[in-house]
Amino acid sequence: MSAGFHIVVCGSLVPDPLQTLEPLMGPQGPGLKNEMMLPSVLDPWAGHALYEAANLAKDLPNTKVWLVSLGPKQKLQQLMMTIAQKAPFELVPIDGSASGFTDSAETAQALAKAIEGIPGLDRSRLLVFGGCSSASRDAGATMQMVGEMLGIIDQFMGVDEIRVMEDGSFEVKERVEGAKYLVSRCEGAPAVLAWATGNLPEPPNNPQVGMLNMRTLMPALQKAQAVQVGAAASFAIVEVPQQRRDTRIVKDKSVDEIAQEIAEWIKE
Amino acid sequence: MENVLFFASVEADGSLAKVALESLTCACATAKSLGSSLTVGLLGSDCSAAANAIAGCGAAQFVAVNGVADPVYAIDASACEAIIKESGATLVVAPNVSRIARVLPGAAARVGGKIDTRVTSVAVEGGRVQIKRWYYRQRMIASLSRDYRPWILTVDSGNYEPYAGPAGAAPVKTLTVAVAARTKTLREEAALAGELTIRPDASLLFVAGAGWTKKQSDGQPHVKEAEELIRTFLGKTQASLGSSKSLVDQKGEGEILSFLTHLNQVGQTGASPRHPKGLATCCHGEEPHVVGWRFINERRAINLDPNCGWAQGKADVLYVSDAFAVISKLNEML
Repeated sequence: MSAGFHIVVCGSLVPDPLQTLEPLMGPQGPGLKNEMMLPSVLDPWAGHALYEAANLAKDLPNTKVWLVSLGPKQKLQQLMMTIAQKAPFELVPIDGSASGFTDSAETAQALAKAIEGIPGLDRSRLLVFGGCSSASRDAGATMQMVGEMLGIIDQFMGVDEIRVMEDGSFEVKERVEGAKYLVSRCEGAPAVLAWATGNLPEPPNNPQVGMLNMRTLMPALQKAQAVQVGAAASFAIVEVPQQRRDTRIVKDKSVDEIAQEIAEWIKE
Repeated sequence: MENVLFFASVEADGSLAKVALESLTCACATAKSLGSSLTVGLLGSDCSAAANAIAGCGAAQFVAVNGVADPVYAIDASACEAIIKESGATLVVAPNVSRIARVLPGAAARVGGKIDTRVTSVAVEGGRVQIKRWYYRQRMIASLSRDYRPWILTVDSGNYEPYAGPAGAAPVKTLTVAVAARTKTLREEAALAGELTIRPDASLLFVAGAGWTKKQSDGQPHVKEAEELIRTFLGKTQASLGSSKSLVDQKGEGEILSFLTHLNQVGQTGASPRHPKGLATCCHGEEPHVVGWRFINERRAINLDPNCGWAQGKADVLYVSDAFAVISKLNEML
């Protein structure tokens, strides 16, 4: 396959999963307490999408990767410090809210507009990658909408594998119910692939890749377009469920006694 | 005045999945509370049997797109769009299954609507539809409503009783969609070779943590033994197997239980499965496990650390013991 793909990965930042999150109601709707101060990571599924894109670009000549990322500019800059060494890409930043409470349609609108504005993007070779869901909104809806807004009707969700053929067509494995894969064949780009975990490990840091990315990252961040992305909903309440259980700690029983107790519990 | 549409895909055998029947219960209750009409919209190879099975649900209209056995996005999206437009729905209630979850957001974009997915509750308060859903991977729950219409909702499993009303002969209006799809469904295949370890309907979720592959009291790891113990336990209990991320991630390092994949993973980047009981072994994570275990009712853990952050306040019972010894004995007893 000589033409290669133009792969646009949609991925933003989410709070580090090890952080304790507390919702906060504001005049614009809900948010997180100290949201701007919370350490962020690249959204895990979007991260998998980026690594899969980079892997495809490594294997297929003339393939290029862009990362379109919607989030507060300062936080995107911090995020780039950690992911710029992972894979070669060109950043297309959008300065706006990365909150989980924003509406997926408005987020999709901002992403689709940014993709349409990428100079030199060949829409006939376009693969739009992203996570099948985010660790913030967790809706699993944004990528389909981005695809629709770009007029792409070949879409795949919960993807774990793509196998590209010589003629540019590809086979995709999507997760479906019952621990099964749905295997489909698409004639070729353009298509939307929303990734689950894929099969690739997180790539190690590569300082050379980081240096290469940094040449374009900072100018791109400075030129980031600001957008307003809202919730488009009325939130009555947002709360952390109180589910503290009264844990019974069993320390003094023998292995036999513990096994007996568990066996009875399982059979109940 | 709201018009409620219940939308679902029909299974290969012509029936409706349990989660679809649950969301039909939700749609019926919502339509009743609103005093609005209910339409049933179905998608599948042949929807007549499924429509007849729920003929007594009180729907004023049944609409179907037949001849679409294979889930291909382009075709499904057009079918969804046609059904929503035909029904004139302002509120769409659908089950959160892979085929529907894949296509409804796109259909929402086509009909100019808004969508909320993984909804756990739909209520009508003061004539206004109010939903509940989780944010930040089951860390916080919100109650919200929208003015936008059509408003499309996918309902998670386990929140409503499956519809069990009378069957009958449903008058189905058939719609046709013509789409030249560039994608072809080839087959379904098991994600794992060999024994299936993910069983969504199991009454017990067994979660294996990274401790299974760590060095044991003799200073050596016993991965093969761990594998055999877990495999035997799963065979005897027919439990579903979950895993911590740290254990699955060891795949790249060699020592890993051979039947584990990322599909088994629970937690932040994995699943939040729903089972009546859960038994965690050798797990030491806290927040990621809380996320993964949000919908497990009765939780027990076997762990060598009595102060384990995961177990304290999250499990009902924590057995401070060696999981190798306990599971081995348990396998003898079961």
